[in-house]
Amino acid sequence: MSDRDTIIRVEEVTKRYGKVTAVDRVTLEIPRGEFFALLGPSGCGKTTLLRMLAGFEMPSEGKIFIDGVDMSTIPPNKRPVNMVFQSYAVFPHMTVFENVAYGLKFDNVAKADQYGRVMAALADVKLDHLAERKPDQMSGGQRQRVALARALVKKPKVLLLDEPLSALDAKLREAMRFELAELQDKVGITFVMVTHDQDEALAMAGRCAVMDRGKLMQTATPSNLYEFPANKFVADFIGSVNLFEGTLEVDEPDHAIVQSEELGGRIFFDHGVSGAGGEKMWVGIRPEKIELLKREEGSTPPTPEDAPSGCNVTAGIVRQISYLGSESIYEIDLINGRRMQVSRPNLSRWDQEDFTWDDEVWLRWHGDSPVLLQS
Amino acid sequence: MAKKVARAPLDYLNMPAMKAWLAGVFVFLYTPLIILILFSFNDSKANVVWKGFTLKWYVKAFENTQLREALLNSLLIAGVCTIISVVLGALMAFAFWRFKFPFKGPLESGMSLPIVVPEICFGVAVLMFFAKIGFPNDLPYPFNLTQIILAHVTFAFPFVAIVVRARLESFNSELEAAALDLGATRYQAFRDVIIPHMKPGLIAGGLLAFTLSLDDFVITFFASGPGTITFPVKVYSMVRFSVTPEVNAASTIIILITVIATVLALRAQSATTKES
Repeated sequence: MSDRDTIIRVEEVTKRYGKVTAVDRVTLEIPRGEFFALLGPSGCGKTTLLRMLAGFEMPSEGKIFIDGVDMSTIPPNKRPVNMVFQSYAVFPHMTVFENVAYGLKFDNVAKADQYGRVMAALADVKLDHLAERKPDQMSGGQRQRVALARALVKKPKVLLLDEPLSALDAKLREAMRFELAELQDKVGITFVMVTHDQDEALAMAGRCAVMDRGKLMQTATPSNLYEFPANKFVADFIGSVNLFEGTLEVDEPDHAIVQSEELGGRIFFDHGVSGAGGEKMWVGIRPEKIELLKREEGSTPPTPEDAPSGCNVTAGIVRQISYLGSESIYEIDLINGRRMQVSRPNLSRWDQEDFTWDDEVWLRWHGDSPVLLQS
Repeated sequence: MAKKVARAPLDYLNMPAMKAWLAGVFVFLYTPLIILILFSFNDSKANVVWKGFTLKWYVKAFENTQLREALLNSLLIAGVCTIISVVLGALMAFAFWRFKFPFKGPLESGMSLPIVVPEICFGVAVLMFFAKIGFPNDLPYPFNLTQIILAHVTFAFPFVAIVVRARLESFNSELEAAALDLGATRYQAFRDVIIPHMKPGLIAGGLLAFTLSLDDFVITFFASGPGTITFPVKVYSMVRFSVTPEVNAASTIIILITVIATVLALRAQSATTKES
């Protein structure tokens, strides 16, 4: 028996299709009531994992427990989970009401109670005024709400969402993010969402599992994924990052230094790292954690106060600028030819005019900004 | 002077030549039918000159017991054949769509064999088959139609299967998964989700089977026993002597029946396709 507060336990689950391993020994626990996201590029196995939770696929090895019950022999129609499909899969020949009521037929819900429960579920997704509509008279966003109501009306222990926002246009997608999070708060059901869109996962989920090529890379809160990625893949997949290969030169309890040929200099950490000296490692620095400064001919590098001289400052030339309104992204060529990305918020209305193409700049960052990645 | 609007490159219908061509096609297609219908109202025994309007040929056709019997037989055969063909065709289409099994490819191509085999060969084959197994030739009405019905089903149900198979290609398998996810068993999901999706195909296929059976001559000719006659066979035997306006009248009724059936089927189909 698992912990009372764990609703889903995935134990060493592997799924193979012939020679292809879609999911590779994944172990995962999801607490009751959490909004959980499975995140990864297409083909990483996240959808296969979700389909195994729903019962459409069976693990080749390993076990899945839902609310403490082994799901190995339980078919989809007997599982305490419901799913919102990527295509929404709203039944086209039924009205909205009939769609939502469909699942209740199998739950021995008295006819008299069905009406109330369907209308309550439709009210939860703000569709109670369209109960008699046919799906072909509705927008994609409305159809998605039907799919949500149809799943939630069954009061499942877990709601599975397969790429719930991928088919919506940008504005609606953003509105739906908040709405889904609010809905989850309201109904208190555990949500497990699959997405390839990191923004979506970071914005909605309480915790995310990042997958790559069938393997679980890291499970953490959105901010921990972003600020403390476990490896190169996570650092690169979540947001943007400048990655440099290097070797650990100094590793003291209160500081560490990595020598990087790629950067053409040393990178200073204001905290100790646990790594073997002399080994090949990677350093990741997020674009927004780098400061851009004007570089005059013959000026000295403006070393950050916390870093030793010659560390965490490097020279470059602005090559590309993407003006995005709220921020600007600068592509900068370092002296040794390596390209680096720096983002800069446009805090005042003239900030984007500070730097232009071919400007000579210093890039500077603090000792707590970079992260050391062993793999 | 009217302003001359330039024609867009793909705007073919604005070309006078194209319009004329289109009109020509319609004339070519429908003139024989229109003449047939017109002369069924002609007050003359010869099918050549218009002598005035009459309904007497319709009365005469109705009073012809043999013709009436043949028409009734044909409708009965077509009805039963449609029902059996739709069920068999739908099951076959579903099997080919859903399952993987050995020799599926050759079997699927073989499905259309009754369509491509010349009717005359098929008719001979049917005749030989019934003779070989000693199928009773003296069953009472309506069982004396069994041979014809069986023969018709054999060539009609592949048409249903092909139409339904094509329809199933557009099925979103997530719909079935959704039904299972909501608690339906596999059978319930089939009944509640897959069959409604197949419906336009079933209707179109059924209509095809109905009309194929109704107007089949060659195979029926070989499969029918001595005492059984169908409408096309009867018309053929009447025409052998002379094409009387009575035949025109009877044919017009058949055309009417098929047109009505088609319109009904198309309406049912558009009602269901609009949903998906």
